[in-house]
Amino acid sequence: MVSGGQLLSKIATNEGHGENSPYFDGWKAYDRNPFHPTDNPDGVIQMGLAENQLSFDLIRDWIKQNPEASICTVDGVHKFKDTANFQDYHGLPEFRKAIAKFMGMVRGGRVTFDPDRVVMGGGATGANELIMFCLADHGDAFLVPTPYYPAFDRDLTWRTGVQIIPVDSCSSNKFQVTKNALEAAYDRAQGAGINVKGLIIANPSNPLGTVLERETLKDLVSFINERNIHLVVDEIYAATIFSSSSFISVAEIIEEMDCNRNLIHIVYSLSKDMGLPGFRVGIVYSYNDEVVRCGRKMSSFGLVSSQTQYLLARMLSDEEFVKNFLAESSRRLNKRHSMFTKGLEQVRINCLKGNAGLYVWMDLHHLLKEPTFDGEMTLWRVIIDQVRLNVSPGCSFHCKEPGWFRVCFANMDDQTVEAALKRIRAFVCKGKEDHQEMPTKNKQRWQRNLRLSFSARRFEEGVKSPHVMSPHSPIPHSPLVRAK
Amino acid sequence: MAIEIEQPTVGLSKVAVSETHGEDSPYFAGWKAYDEDPYDESENPSGVIQMGLAENQVSFDLLEEYLEKHSEASTWGKGAPGFREHALFQDYHGLKSFRQAIASFMEQIRGGRAKFDPDRVVLTAGATAANELLTFILADPGDALLVPTPYYPGFDRDLRWRTGVKIVPIHCDSSNNFQVTPQALEAAYKDAEVMNIKVRGVLITNPSNPLGATIQRSVLEEILDFVTRKNIHLVSDEIYSGSAFSSSEFVSIAEILEARGYKDSERVHIVYSLSKDLGLPGFRVGTIYSYNDKVVTTARRMSSFTLISSQTQHLLASMLSDQEFTKNYIKINRERLRKRYEMIIEGLRNAGIECLKGNAGLFCWMNLSPLLKTQTREGELTLWKSIIRDLKLNISPGSSCHCSEPGWFRVCFANMRSKR
Repeated sequence: MVSGGQLLSKIATNEGHGENSPYFDGWKAYDRNPFHPTDNPDGVIQMGLAENQLSFDLIRDWIKQNPEASICTVDGVHKFKDTANFQDYHGLPEFRKAIAKFMGMVRGGRVTFDPDRVVMGGGATGANELIMFCLADHGDAFLVPTPYYPAFDRDLTWRTGVQIIPVDSCSSNKFQVTKNALEAAYDRAQGAGINVKGLIIANPSNPLGTVLERETLKDLVSFINERNIHLVVDEIYAATIFSSSSFISVAEIIEEMDCNRNLIHIVYSLSKDMGLPGFRVGIVYSYNDEVVRCGRKMSSFGLVSSQTQYLLARMLSDEEFVKNFLAESSRRLNKRHSMFTKGLEQVRINCLKGNAGLYVWMDLHHLLKEPTFDGEMTLWRVIIDQVRLNVSPGCSFHCKEPGWFRVCFANMDDQTVEAALKRIRAFVCKGKEDHQEMPTKNKQRWQRNLRLSFSARRFEEGVKSPHVMSPHSPIPHSPLVRAK
Repeated sequence: MAIEIEQPTVGLSKVAVSETHGEDSPYFAGWKAYDEDPYDESENPSGVIQMGLAENQVSFDLLEEYLEKHSEASTWGKGAPGFREHALFQDYHGLKSFRQAIASFMEQIRGGRAKFDPDRVVLTAGATAANELLTFILADPGDALLVPTPYYPGFDRDLRWRTGVKIVPIHCDSSNNFQVTPQALEAAYKDAEVMNIKVRGVLITNPSNPLGATIQRSVLEEILDFVTRKNIHLVSDEIYSGSAFSSSEFVSIAEILEARGYKDSERVHIVYSLSKDLGLPGFRVGTIYSYNDKVVTTARRMSSFTLISSQTQHLLASMLSDQEFTKNYIKINRERLRKRYEMIIEGLRNAGIECLKGNAGLFCWMNLSPLLKTQTREGELTLWKSIIRDLKLNISPGSSCHCSEPGWFRVCFANMRSKR
């Protein structure tokens, strides 16, 4: 009799899917009790979801005004057959062109991209896995500066068998990655007989919300160039820059310095910059011809729907629209970021000074009962259970210092932001009053309430409880998620 | 200016430099000939005719008609979930309404003879991804899946390339119309054992590509008994199920399981797609239907790498929920494919060429062994090259499908207009 785990592969039965990380645990509390401004004002506010929901109206309006861009409207249906039939892994030429153009515009026209180097992936999730398959063998390693996006553990390693070697950073120099740290991590790994194939870094950073400085980028390029290893830069937050300081892409850096371009690869996506995670537009842009060729073949496993390629080809070719969208989106993100950080400052909560991203990297180490990760977990449970905010604890990002939390602000309306700030203010003020006390009664209560692992019974009922959302899920009041 | 490096390859993975992507097979070489000189009725009447592409283009008009009448299927608003929800929707469970529509469509194709639970439907971007994903779940690198020959050339890539899993062929031949036999199953299993390879499952395609024929009920029963005896998995790729010329001729593994009261069904997994039956390969709609809860859960998690665009899910959920439309579509599509098949068979017969008796799919399995100079693979490839060069037809040689007998060719007939 085939019983669950025995007859499945090691990949299927290991923890590589990563869903038992605390990153996803807060979702459970949120899932059980989601905030709604009128229906459920005491519910948990979702601040663990890095989504850009501030500018969808601009896109929706463009779609309404351009019915021929949709192959299902009367205006566009004459393109239905050709589009529905198109499964060439090169992608629609006009789509690749539009993506290359968009990438250039996002970088202020400071660099241009070659449409023939644009390779599709199933979202950035698929793209990151794809580039790993191209660059590294089972057992090889990639250096990843911490703190990093939790799902890298799954995306980079689960099916590829590649290992992650974390390169630690500290708050004393704003969590910037340093040459010393890179060299130390690299040498240690090589010394242990681990074959390091490259370095992957997100720029702008998730969770820091910062961009890499020019000198740091140059150091990274020199570092990999000297060792003949690859550099993958995940630039999916490139257009979420909201302050005047510019984002510098690795594409610009390699124009300024000598390096082996065969080592340089960019991962991109429209999920964050345009707020279209549902459309699964992931891109691998490589300066290495072999990687482009191989990556293209592999993209068969995660092509972008031709319907979506067609729509976006037209949308992103509309220069006027793109210019306006980028400017407006940036303005709105900036406004929201200001509103949120100012609200936090009022109760003396500081965040790492950031200029990009859909979140802040909040410093709560002064609220920890003890300066340890246990202390962080304790505080986090309080935030989820009492303050009722789903925020993401730094440990889930492999941060080396306890007390930091990533808090997303772009996936909600102003009203919800106010509600969140109100609760934070109340909590901090209350905290000042009874900072020393932590009644055991409370402790037991939230320990009982919070089964902190997705390996809990409920998740295995996955088949029977379809309303359990996946870790990347939209807002609660979407009828789609609740619909039975 | 970039520094030029001396090393031949700059540290790519073994997977990246391997040939397992399969594109050097003659299956694809013919495509190149076509790409270089494609037939066009008016512009290039002497170009190469593409008959190597298993696409279904016979029923697009039905889809277009539906869309023209139901433009709200694609638009947002009017009570339907808005643009925002779709743009944001990346839940790997997929749109519930879409899963329900897929499940009901699969039931309709099987004439209601099997039931499908929407909660067991896992969505992937195409059957290509579904097959690879299942392989990752069911087998470890170095393990094997047994696959009856001849088989779809893309399996070499989909099942093996990134997974590191091997294919051990179950040899079939024309003596019994290439049907799988218990002896062939046992022989394949032994072949693997001798090579010290662990067999994790059997993967069948039903209806078969390239044979263009459904697998008989008795053979399905034998295969199911075999995998149960060996305690291994069974993957049934049923992407051509809606392309069987008559509904009653196709028996799904799901029906066998239902008849057995779902005993031992946790080892069975079905792959489906809309690329062939609906002719929508560009939309990347694949599904895994598994009777194993752990596989469903794991497959769902893995589908994160290959989700279906929410825009496409929304469109198709509407279309496939319209049962009147789907019933009509399935019926007409079958009819048109059958007519097209009969036309080709007739034409070939008049030229003295016999085909395997087919009853499904978008192609027929043609026997040109009488025309071979030598009954060998080389003989077959020689003939194939001359067919491309002189007849300007891109058809697929049996050797690219790992057929053990030379001289057979797959000829697609549904990807073009009738006249040729």
